[in-house]
Amino acid sequence: MSWVIAASEGEGANVLALPLYEIIIALLCFFIVFGALAKFALPNIKKTLDERADAIEGGIKRAEEAQAEAARLADDYRQQLAQAREEGAAIRAQAQADRTAIIEEARTEAAAAAAMVTARAEAQLTADRAQTIASLRHEVGTLAVTLAGKVVGESLTDDARAQATVERFISDLETQASSAEAGA
Amino acid sequence: MGVSSVLAAGAVRLSEEANCHLVPWGGGSDCGFPAPSSEIFNFSPYGTLAIAGQEFNFTKPVVLAIIGSIFLIVFFLAVFRKPKLVPGRMQSVGEYGYTFIRDGVAREVIGKEGDKYVPFLFSLFFFVWMLNIWGIIPFAQFPVSSRIAWPAALALVIWPIYMWLGMRHQGPVKYFTNMMFPPGLPKPIYLILAPIELVSNVLIRPVTLTIRLFANMFAGHLLLTIFAVATFYLISPSLVGVLGSAASFVMSVILTGFEAFIQALQAFIFTLLAAVYISTSLHAEH
Repeated sequence: MSWVIAASEGEGANVLALPLYEIIIALLCFFIVFGALAKFALPNIKKTLDERADAIEGGIKRAEEAQAEAARLADDYRQQLAQAREEGAAIRAQAQADRTAIIEEARTEAAAAAAMVTARAEAQLTADRAQTIASLRHEVGTLAVTLAGKVVGESLTDDARAQATVERFISDLETQASSAEAGA
Repeated sequence: MGVSSVLAAGAVRLSEEANCHLVPWGGGSDCGFPAPSSEIFNFSPYGTLAIAGQEFNFTKPVVLAIIGSIFLIVFFLAVFRKPKLVPGRMQSVGEYGYTFIRDGVAREVIGKEGDKYVPFLFSLFFFVWMLNIWGIIPFAQFPVSSRIAWPAALALVIWPIYMWLGMRHQGPVKYFTNMMFPPGLPKPIYLILAPIELVSNVLIRPVTLTIRLFANMFAGHLLLTIFAVATFYLISPSLVGVLGSAASFVMSVILTGFEAFIQALQAFIFTLLAAVYISTSLHAEH
């Protein structure tokens, strides 16, 4: 209770007095507190709070960016998928067309080759036939003349007339044969 | 003076004792209730320092204020020295105080430019609160701001700040004309309003700021002292004495809680008004 005793010995009791020393000390105390806090304490905490706000806002921003990136990637992927599908379809169509073309080509080639073989065979046949006819005609002529000479008793071999007769005869035979062929 | 000496008074009621004063300011010899007077706000110095002809008396309130100032500096330097992005417990407490002043006072009252004044308002709030809270700190139990010099000194800090800001942001003459002639009123009103506004803003503001804080703390301390003294004065081995003493004790406990609330509230109001004055200086009233 020492302060109570001290109070009784105080200088007067005017509570509205403004002692200069007290005002000076009050100002000093306040400015020292203000100076120390404003210079050493508060800038740190302001920086930290700003950083934290940045971190939170930055986090939200980064998340938004990641989300946008993911959406963009998904879009790209879908687009690529569609593109690949389109390409696949195009390739399939192309292959189909190619196949048809190749088959057609092979068919044409085969037909051409077949035609060629047929033509060659026909030509061969015609040639053989002509040759056979010629040799037959010669032999038949010779045989006929020989036979006729034997019947007549003289050689007709070198006779031009005999030759002409044989020729006419064979021609008649040919005409008959060809008409028979046509008839058949 | 303890309870034991009171009880040692035995069967004799305190007020019937020959020299019954528990407290020294009662005076006289009638043994009436020694109501605490304004003397309890005056202290003889523990020491005196004379600098350039000015005597500095280190009285109880001065010493309490110096201890409190050191505490504020040490506490906030410790809490805010190396703040972490993810705060610890003490840092959270400090941050709560900081964001309370920044969001609740600076940004709320001044707006976007309010951030610039956060260090000043923060220091002001905690300084005033520290001065006030000594009133309920055990063994100290004296609110420094109940000595009018302390709020007056702080008003003397705030006054030039808002005057200077007003003249800088609105112009040295425009500041006063804006203040005296708020737009949108009938002309004759200005005859009365203009001088009132001028006197109110320039002269009354620092005075009301001072007296509001001083009177609240003064009255609170007086009230607490009355019930504390009554607790000892009334005690005697009788029903009335015990009940009266107990009631006084309960009241002083309740009033201590009430004072704790008032001390924080007055510090907040003091800071809030400082912010309001700064705000009205930055922007002319519309």
